[in-house]
Amino acid sequence: MGLENYKSLFEGGDIWIYAKNTMVMWIMCFVPQIILSLLLGAWFSDTRLRLRGARFFKTVIYLPNLIMASAFAMLFFTLFSDGGPINSLLMQIGFIDTPYRFLSNTGSARGLIALMNCLMWFGNTTILLMAGMMGIDTTLFEAAEVDGATSTQVFFKITLPLLRPILLYVVITSLIGGLQLFDVPQILTNGTGDPMRSTMTLIMFLNKHLYSKNYGMAGALSVVLFIMTGVLSLIVFKVSGNDKRKG
Amino acid sequence: MSNGNNGLKKGLGIHARRVIAYIVLIVITFFCLFWFYILFINATRSNGELQSGFTLLPSTHAWDNWINLLHGTLPIWNGMLNSLIVAGCSAVLSVYFSTMTAYAIHAYDFRLKKYLYPFILMIMMIPTQVTALGFVNLVDTMGLEDSFIPLIVPTIAAPVTFFYMKQYMESTLPLALIEAARIDGSGEFHTFNSIVLPLMKPAIAVQAIFTFVSSWNNYFIPALILHEDKKKTLPILIAQLRAADWLKFDMGQVYMMIAFSIFPVIVVYLVLSRQIVQGVAVGSVKE
Repeated sequence: MGLENYKSLFEGGDIWIYAKNTMVMWIMCFVPQIILSLLLGAWFSDTRLRLRGARFFKTVIYLPNLIMASAFAMLFFTLFSDGGPINSLLMQIGFIDTPYRFLSNTGSARGLIALMNCLMWFGNTTILLMAGMMGIDTTLFEAAEVDGATSTQVFFKITLPLLRPILLYVVITSLIGGLQLFDVPQILTNGTGDPMRSTMTLIMFLNKHLYSKNYGMAGALSVVLFIMTGVLSLIVFKVSGNDKRKG
Repeated sequence: MSNGNNGLKKGLGIHARRVIAYIVLIVITFFCLFWFYILFINATRSNGELQSGFTLLPSTHAWDNWINLLHGTLPIWNGMLNSLIVAGCSAVLSVYFSTMTAYAIHAYDFRLKKYLYPFILMIMMIPTQVTALGFVNLVDTMGLEDSFIPLIVPTIAAPVTFFYMKQYMESTLPLALIEAARIDGSGEFHTFNSIVLPLMKPAIAVQAIFTFVSSWNNYFIPALILHEDKKKTLPILIAQLRAADWLKFDMGQVYMMIAFSIFPVIVVYLVLSRQIVQGVAVGSVKE
């Protein structure tokens, strides 16, 4: 009888849709985020480049991370609503004739959620990766320079391989964070996961069950999520255990 | 420290790379700040002006929007006060007890200590959402719904804060100092409060800010526990604003409300940005 909840959880098929939604939005958010972070990290830690105002830029890119996710989502909801400022702007510059319904199209709704999460987290990722890059032995760079390597070669042949442990850590913690995606889509879609449940995440599903006090299903879902994060965390432990810089 | 781009023969010259870097950075800065700029501009415009289109110039209706918001249906001062109480108490308790836990593991030897540290780290990885069911159930049974206790007291056990404190202690707190205090006849509790805590000040400041902000922004758990209007924190009020039939709303008020709830964090951040950004890096290098 105890397994019935699991059965109905998986047989309904909804959980697969929500798991897929969560993953799709995570990938849409993570890929640009990691590329951006690697690029910025490499630039900020590059002493030859000597970027001015690095502190200012770091301050700016970290700012969205501290903003209340629900307020940020509400802000995007009003900005991107059918009659909102972004549509007005696009129409005023003659980019479109009729308002684009950002929140009624699967692609743009998911895109907005991914954009918001990307904005909120790339600053954090940049700072983590930069710290990792600063820790790389500078004699390696000097040797590469003597051998006449280009900056692209240095990045792909030296920085990236040496950054692997911290990179893996970033990927997996971000994945664990991605599984917890909740505030932004919940507020943006008012908990409905519209359009057509395409932005409904696993935690929104859990929240729905918790709210309606449907504890059996909520429990089953919690256990599934727990196992998923548990496996991912074990990988993190293994990775940081192998990392020689471990404190 | 020099880098791999010295004496670069092929590839882009350093000047070209610098120009590209600046352009990308400026575009990114624009994308980070644009939304907040629009928010603060729109908070100063009346509903009619907002309907008429987009502009980058502020208007004069900020005060009207503010007054309307105050007299509206949302108990915003209550929300602000509730958020402040919850976030403030969480920050103080979390930081104090996490430092204490870290001190215990750092300075004392006891049985099973070897297992305790990895165990706490393991708990760090479990998301709050996963344990929410049991937590909400427990709160229900204890009759603590609509109370701040379930939001404040559990923050005492904050593995992330503990971890940061432990890292910091390893580099700044020599055991000899504690020995010296003991020899001078200082009690253990007194040693912690008057010697360890002051030494940990920078770490405490960083973690207090992080705990405060994450509690201030927290939506998932409070929304499951606080149901009474007067007890709601700001994120729940925002969600309520979203759930209301928003077309009927005066949009100027909506923007004002959003600005009101993120403004305190922005101010704190601008004042302490240096410590915060450094804090993120310090806590992460040795994970």
